[in-house]
Amino acid sequence: MANVIRRQTPAARLGRGLLYGVLILAALFYILPLVVMLMTSVKPLSEISAGTLLSLPQNPTLEPWAKAWGEACTGMRCDGIGGYFWNSFAIVIPAVLISTTIGALNGYALTKWRFKGSELVFALMLFGCFIPFQVVLLPMAQTLGWLGISSSRAGLILVHVVFGIAFTTLFFRNFYVGIPNELVSAAKLDGAGFFRIFWRILLPVSAPIIVVSVIWQFTQIWNDFLFGVAFSAHNTQPVTVALNNLVNTSTGVREYNVDMAAAMIAALPTLVVYVLAGKYFVRGLTAGSVKG
Amino acid sequence: MAALEIHNVRKEFGSEQVLKNVSISIDSGEFLILVGPSGCGKSTLMNAIAGLEPVTSGNIYIDGEDVTWRTPADRDIAMVFQSYALYPSMTVRQNISFGLEMRKVPKAEREQAVERVADLLQITHLLERKPAQLSGGQRQRVAMGRALAREPKVYLFDEPLSNLDAKLRVDMRTEIKKLHQRLGTTIVYVTHDQVEAMTLADCIAVMRDGNILQLGTPDEVYNNPVDMFVAGFMGSPSMNFIRATLEAAGDGYVLRIATPGEDDVLLPWPSERNVAGLVEQLDKPIILGLRPEHFSEEDVRLSEQAEGTLMEAKVSVVEPTGADILLRLPLGEQEITARVGPKCAIAPGERLSLRVDMARAVLFDAETEQRLA
Repeated sequence: MANVIRRQTPAARLGRGLLYGVLILAALFYILPLVVMLMTSVKPLSEISAGTLLSLPQNPTLEPWAKAWGEACTGMRCDGIGGYFWNSFAIVIPAVLISTTIGALNGYALTKWRFKGSELVFALMLFGCFIPFQVVLLPMAQTLGWLGISSSRAGLILVHVVFGIAFTTLFFRNFYVGIPNELVSAAKLDGAGFFRIFWRILLPVSAPIIVVSVIWQFTQIWNDFLFGVAFSAHNTQPVTVALNNLVNTSTGVREYNVDMAAAMIAALPTLVVYVLAGKYFVRGLTAGSVKG
Repeated sequence: MAALEIHNVRKEFGSEQVLKNVSISIDSGEFLILVGPSGCGKSTLMNAIAGLEPVTSGNIYIDGEDVTWRTPADRDIAMVFQSYALYPSMTVRQNISFGLEMRKVPKAEREQAVERVADLLQITHLLERKPAQLSGGQRQRVAMGRALAREPKVYLFDEPLSNLDAKLRVDMRTEIKKLHQRLGTTIVYVTHDQVEAMTLADCIAVMRDGNILQLGTPDEVYNNPVDMFVAGFMGSPSMNFIRATLEAAGDGYVLRIATPGEDDVLLPWPSERNVAGLVEQLDKPIILGLRPEHFSEEDVRLSEQAEGTLMEAKVSVVEPTGADILLRLPLGEQEITARVGPKCAIAPGERLSLRVDMARAVLFDAETEQRLA
């Protein structure tokens, strides 16, 4: 980072101080919901009804987390959201891997093996990024029925892959456009073919955009609710749908601490992914050409 | 047998003709340079030879075999790119041996080839580095090493020196020439730098608008250009084009250069250079082409026989280059450049008597710009 050269007058310092003050306040405000959730999720129910939202937990307990994971009722069943948590992984991991792989190959073909109409194909794929989910619900249900995979994990994976390809193709296409075509020409002259060039020349320099694609797809698919609720059966529901069911299932008193714990559990994987790979995400999005 | 033969090659992008019926043939071991301004089609021709772009019509033969529709890999060629195009994720060693690996050369032989070219190009100490850790000149060497490792039939160089700074460019130019003399390889080399073309080539093809205007040795192209474009493109500073009128004088001709406000300059055309066509140009405007070095100071004798012609003009700018001095002199409607010896003591505004070597002058048609004599 380049430092800005400026004389440190008292007025300038005051300005700086104000600026930082405002930014810190904004940051606190931004993180507040998370803090409240976290605090509420470790309070016993009695403390919640007695205190306020912002009062600190007096007797922290992990019981709400355990209940949310293994005992809470989601609709008719009362075995927590743990099972659905793994369900989500079983859907998200293959969907992310498949859509990223296809996106990478698409981006590679659209930039390094141009064909007549490749720009049109790309434009159509871009258009796919703007199709609202609701529009395709019915045709997709029909299609899944024809394929015989409705209400299955495979069906959900297919839906997410189809929707994800538009984005992953866009990512990889824009990344590969910045890689000199001469690299591919040189590899062709050296005797490498389509897949060999992809595997040996392009993929090794694609790490930044792979990270972007994986994070993006992971969060999108993990957080999806609409497809999850529309195309799943009770045993293939992703965690987002289970969370909704848990919160909406009332058995007398409302267990806010369990709701909050469940919400935290459901949000945890995306948080972890961001913390681990967040800096690569920004780096990848701003990555330009690779100097050879 | 020709190492490389290009036969009536055309290339069209949509309705635009980028190559219009190009034919070239070079022998094994020859160094061919394609030179021309940007957009003249030289890079397209190079890509066509490499097989990176299909031609619209025509044929390309390498070592007598028709390779027009073969893939780049099957043509047995290697190419050095302007941007070097080194594989960024591989070390120098892997870069050099990649082509051999793709051709399923056994590992031991690959290692041998890498050692051989690394030794040749003095890059042995760089073998384990990645391209990003190399300087421009080192990358250039690695790019050449990658081409040399495979020992193909034809080498293609696409403006390989244009990304280097001036000094390094001259050094690498010499090195390429040495390599060529030592290995006797067949090379096709694209450049827009006419100095590179003159110094390296056995054979120069000057291109413009998808045509080859002239194909010949550097000496032919420089001293015997076919038209004003070739004459102006080759040589730096470029040739002076002087508007003149051809007049009859006794048995021969004289060129009259109109200089308003002064006596016209008259330059007699050497009788041994008369050609039949000149008679039709009598009393018509004509372009006289004189290179800066065709002028010299009055006291410098050209040779035993040739006296040259004396001419006087006022000097407007004096540009010493160290090795010699470039003078700018208004003459008629234009300003000409003359190259004189470094000892010439002259100040701007002074008049100078110059000796003109008319035996080496060339004449062009003022309208068609074609060579007359």
